Amino acid sequence: MNKKKNAASGLRQLLIPLIALGILIVFNLIRDVSFFSVEMRVNNSGNVVLAGNLISIIDTASELAIIAMGMTLVTAACGGQDISVGAVGAISGAVLVKVLQAMGGITALSVVAAFAAATAVTILFKLFNGTLVAVFRIQPMIATLILFSCGRSIAYWINGSATPQLTSPIIDSIGKTIPGIPVPTPVFAVLLVALLLVLIFKFTSLRLYTQSVGINQGAARLNGVNPTVVKLISFVILGVCVSVAALIGVSRLGQLNHKTLLVDIEMDAILAVAIGGNSLAGGKFKLIGSVMGAYIIQMLTTTLYAMNVNPVNIKAYKAIVIIIIVVAGSPVIKNALTSLFKKRRPAKAQTEGVS
Amino acid sequence: MAKNKSPLTRTREPLSNTQMLMFISIGIFAAMYLAAIIFMDSGFEKPQMFFDLLNDNAALIIISCALTIVMITGGINISAGGVISLTAMACALFLNNNGIGSSPLSIFLTLLLALGIGLGFGVLQGFLVSYLEIQPFIVTLAGMFLARGLTTILSRDPVKVTHEGFLQLVQTKLKINWLGYTAPNGALIPAKVEIGAIVAVGVVVLMALMLRFARFGRNVYAVGGNRQSALMLGINVKRTVFWAYVISGLLCGLAGFVFLIHKPAGNASVAMRSEMDAIAASIIGGTLLSGGVGNVVGTFFGAMILATIQKIIALSPLNASWWQDMANGAMLSFFILLQSVVLMRRNKKKDTKNDKNKDIAKERGAEIT
Repeated sequence: MNKKKNAASGLRQLLIPLIALGILIVFNLIRDVSFFSVEMRVNNSGNVVLAGNLISIIDTASELAIIAMGMTLVTAACGGQDISVGAVGAISGAVLVKVLQAMGGITALSVVAAFAAATAVTILFKLFNGTLVAVFRIQPMIATLILFSCGRSIAYWINGSATPQLTSPIIDSIGKTIPGIPVPTPVFAVLLVALLLVLIFKFTSLRLYTQSVGINQGAARLNGVNPTVVKLISFVILGVCVSVAALIGVSRLGQLNHKTLLVDIEMDAILAVAIGGNSLAGGKFKLIGSVMGAYIIQMLTTTLYAMNVNPVNIKAYKAIVIIIIVVAGSPVIKNALTSLFKKRRPAKAQTEGVS
Repeated sequence: MAKNKSPLTRTREPLSNTQMLMFISIGIFAAMYLAAIIFMDSGFEKPQMFFDLLNDNAALIIISCALTIVMITGGINISAGGVISLTAMACALFLNNNGIGSSPLSIFLTLLLALGIGLGFGVLQGFLVSYLEIQPFIVTLAGMFLARGLTTILSRDPVKVTHEGFLQLVQTKLKINWLGYTAPNGALIPAKVEIGAIVAVGVVVLMALMLRFARFGRNVYAVGGNRQSALMLGINVKRTVFWAYVISGLLCGLAGFVFLIHKPAGNASVAMRSEMDAIAASIIGGTLLSGGVGNVVGTFFGAMILATIQKIIALSPLNASWWQDMANGAMLSFFILLQSVVLMRRNKKKDTKNDKNKDIAKERGAEIT
């Protein structure tokens, strides 16, 4: 009984993303069915890969989906958002490239080492954010505003103004496809991060702790949960997510540009969290919602591209769709709808009783 | 005595916190400016430098006020920069193509257009935030996307204003002789203040008066401090939040117009991230993002601190954009930490005081029984 109730409330949370996804799919079906066609194609390096709009959506949204997952945790635990993910991602990418250059050639081992170093640095920066939030009790958005405004400058300072190129089959196989496997590698990275998080939630009480800290920090503390540690853990997990996203972002282009790497991703990630039905004020969360939110945003962008909308103008149309989605999911509209249904039901029962 | 004092202190608590944070920021601004006068040989001692800071940052000061009022209600408005660029672009296009000629009427209509755009954004965002209860961050994020997108739809290339009357307005400057200085050749160069700077200072004064004395201003603090108790006091919470966003939108439109007076050209990439600067200015001035605490006078000095840092770095040998960003970041973290430490210590003091009062009350209770 209880489980059923939980499942129902979970579904209700996923209502907005499901509706949004449905609308987008129906719209595209009406507009042009070939939007959904997927074909096998031989790419530039001679590998057989899947191609098509759907593949491009799940491929391009990978960084966003990964960061959205970490952002969900931080939002749930701290009741605020981290707006420095893009800038810290640039730092992570800069460290990655710096270490790769210092080690000479690009081998599997050096990529792993560089990624480890980049992750360590990213976690350090995220711990800086986390300490401000958890120990000094500064609102997350303010605490992360610091790195938002100077993170990309730190990346510049690490790597200079040049845009270092990385050309290697290993980098290609991380950012594009592994020879012989038709699905783009970033998709696997999303699955891997999601799997890791699900396993963590399965075998530890992190999910419960995070939600309880987000809902009522004082009550969580009185029940023996340390809010500071839980918040710091959420930032560490976000750090790992950012580092993975930066690795994908750098290897996708085969170069590092500290100005454009993961640019504006913080806004999209927060949007993904909100579209996924998670409260931005913290508390209960659903990872799957945020991931769906990320894919919805990308699908929207790709749809607009397919409709030949000028890339610079896309923001305006995106804004209109976002407003429609959030209005549809707003508590007032939701309540109005539920009360409408409730009114109808007793009326039905009455008529049945009469007849 | 404690009994007599407690209701008074309780109602004044948020304001006194605000004032303290404000005084800290004013003090730091003064210290920084003095240090610049003493250690840098680049003209900080001339009043003109101060007025230049005002002239260059008039739009920033206005949108900082716009953010402060929204942040006091516990919300946020990150569409400010976008609205500036949209307003500037729309006004530039309107001035060049309206066909009324260079009469003052067309300038007046342009001002109305700017305010209208701001009002439109304010009403839309206010309605979505207050009556539909959508998270302000998401609403104004959508507003930012909308404004930026509309700007590029209007024109992707920069539009220079060619309207003569408006260009005259751009050149119009208030000249103050006694604050001027004598140039090496003996001529007196008066201090120049642009219209935008005067408007910005006027906005700060008006907003400060409104927040301090008008009923609406008090309601804004009450709503931001505790929504529930504001509701129980009979304040129309939704309407107050709605009007806060409307005022914020109007000020953003005005900032766009002021921006155009300072730089007479519309450009899609203008005022990028200026909303974050405005948020930083508000925070440095003592506004808390959680609501209920804040002051536009502090915000004004917050914006001036950011402007001074910018100027100092631009005039120093470290002139590079990344140094600027780093200095901004360092300054911001310093202020944020300072605020958090100050507020924490205050709260602790309050707690110990309360405990003492409780102990006294207990003792008294014991005596009576």
